[in-house]
Amino acid sequence: MHSIKVEQLVRHFGKNVAVDDISFNVESGEIFGFLGPNGAGKTTTINMLCTLLRPTSGRALVNGYDVGKQQALVRQSIGMIFQDPSLDDKLTGRENLLFHGMLYGLSSDDFSDKSTKLLDMVELAGREEEVVQNYSGGMKRRLEIARGLLHNPQVLFLDEPTLGLDPQTRRHIWDYLITLRERQGVTMFMTTHYMEEAEHCDRIAIIDNGKIVGLDTPKALKAMVGGDIIMATTDDNEQASRRLRKSHGLDTRIGPENELIMETDRGDQFIPEMMSVLTDQAQGTIAVKSVYLRRPTLEDVFVKLTGHAMRDHNAGDKEKVRSGMRRWRGR
Amino acid sequence: MERSLDKPHTKIMNNIKRNIRGAYTIWYRDVVRFKRDRVRMFSSLGMPVVYLFVFGSGLSPAMAEMGGGRIDFKQFMFPGVLTMTVLFTSVFSAVSIVWDREFGFLKEVMVAPVSRVAVALGKVAGGSTVSLFQGLIVLFLAPVLGVDLSISQIVTLIGLMILLAIMMTALGILIAARQKSMEGFHMLMNFVLLPMFFLSGAFFPLRGVPIWMEVLSKLDPVTYGVDPLRQVSLRALVPPDLMHTIALNPLTYNVIIMVSFAILFLIPAVWLFGRQK
Repeated sequence: MHSIKVEQLVRHFGKNVAVDDISFNVESGEIFGFLGPNGAGKTTTINMLCTLLRPTSGRALVNGYDVGKQQALVRQSIGMIFQDPSLDDKLTGRENLLFHGMLYGLSSDDFSDKSTKLLDMVELAGREEEVVQNYSGGMKRRLEIARGLLHNPQVLFLDEPTLGLDPQTRRHIWDYLITLRERQGVTMFMTTHYMEEAEHCDRIAIIDNGKIVGLDTPKALKAMVGGDIIMATTDDNEQASRRLRKSHGLDTRIGPENELIMETDRGDQFIPEMMSVLTDQAQGTIAVKSVYLRRPTLEDVFVKLTGHAMRDHNAGDKEKVRSGMRRWRGR
Repeated sequence: MERSLDKPHTKIMNNIKRNIRGAYTIWYRDVVRFKRDRVRMFSSLGMPVVYLFVFGSGLSPAMAEMGGGRIDFKQFMFPGVLTMTVLFTSVFSAVSIVWDREFGFLKEVMVAPVSRVAVALGKVAGGSTVSLFQGLIVLFLAPVLGVDLSISQIVTLIGLMILLAIMMTALGILIAARQKSMEGFHMLMNFVLLPMFFLSGAFFPLRGVPIWMEVLSKLDPVTYGVDPLRQVSLRALVPPDLMHTIALNPLTYNVIIMVSFAILFLIPAVWLFGRQK
């Protein structure tokens, strides 16, 4: 069964097209990732799916409910973890959960039962009577996860769930999410611009400029790039590139630090061949300063699909406030 | 693929129950936060005390003729200070939703299965309750100023403060409903709230003022909040035949105008707040 069904979804902001005709399905119990740079349309999509924004056109069903027409039913059946902190930091952890329970109509028995279990799961048991202000960034995030799960949602939306957290806390949060899926079969829809994180997803949609440019398992996506990635620094990239095309039929490109990048099946065997081509005395030696070999990453997939690197767009005012808030959360 | 719940009437009942619960949650949160914030509770007493005892004492020799010479300027100012407390607390607590919506708790409320109308009404109730509490704290200053209040006066004052609080919280939500950032906040403070407050007759009598000021003060909703508060709190000090020297309108007239303004602000406020982007 599909937990989320999206058909030709479009969202304009004035003349700007934030989401441009996207369609996809998310299977029940799946961890589905939305990967793309800032401003690609990730948050806009998530906001439409959780009924905060109205689609300009197209249709989306979440748990079988139409996000445009059955908003209350959609909202009751989903949990949200926002990009920005959304706790009331003047209240205690328990009160934050309590208000959530009240908004979703949990009975008091149900609430005390569920909240105890969830506080245990996110390792906040014993800290729930403290004011959230005194929590660390990771604790706040964990409390938000517990809160998002309090009303037994079938789908959990996570908008950049680990943004601004340190690597250790990030790993920790991921452990929770994976356990959660195993134990309760919750479907998760997440956005991220961390490549390493997207690897944890069952399937990933790569989004750029409001369009989905690729959708598959991380493994299959990386297989599109093929074999290994080799990066070489030479003193004449142009000449080197021309020679490699002639000898091996290879397409090369120039990386951000002016290095030559190429893809090949067996990198370990290719390096000696490349060296002999580049240092061939008959054609004139090209000095090679360094050679580096690695497995393809999702970043490479992104570059392959979009033709440009995944860089952050200029941060607007709101983005600046955001990063300030993140620092607050990261404390 | 699209599912729906049981019978239509149970659906409607559940809907109403859910929204009442939602509004109650928003209200309850404001009350809990207020109770916790003891510092704010008492620091908010600071401004009224400064105004009354510095401003009021300084001007009282010059204003000796008030109410036929029966009242001191500090006593005249007291209802104005009461108004000030209710006015600013109401508007600030309503405007805080702008911040709250982008970066705080309200975001979580917006995806909860509760209608925006319920959220807005809950916020009106919460903001009004908090500013009423603040007003009650200022009310404790009355005996210090020699303004003795009977039970019936206190009850009437509370009623009037509730009305003023609802009116101003609704105005605050109306201002905040379409605002995306807190940038316009100083503008709001300097060009809307302070003029509204000063033109209301809170700190000086609106008798014999220039015509432009008289017109503006008649358009100012706060005028109709200060006037009845003054009439009721100084009832025991100023004899009825001299009341017209400090009063502007009959009590019921003031109440009707305040109710009208409250409705006038509330309807577009709820409507704007409820509109989905």
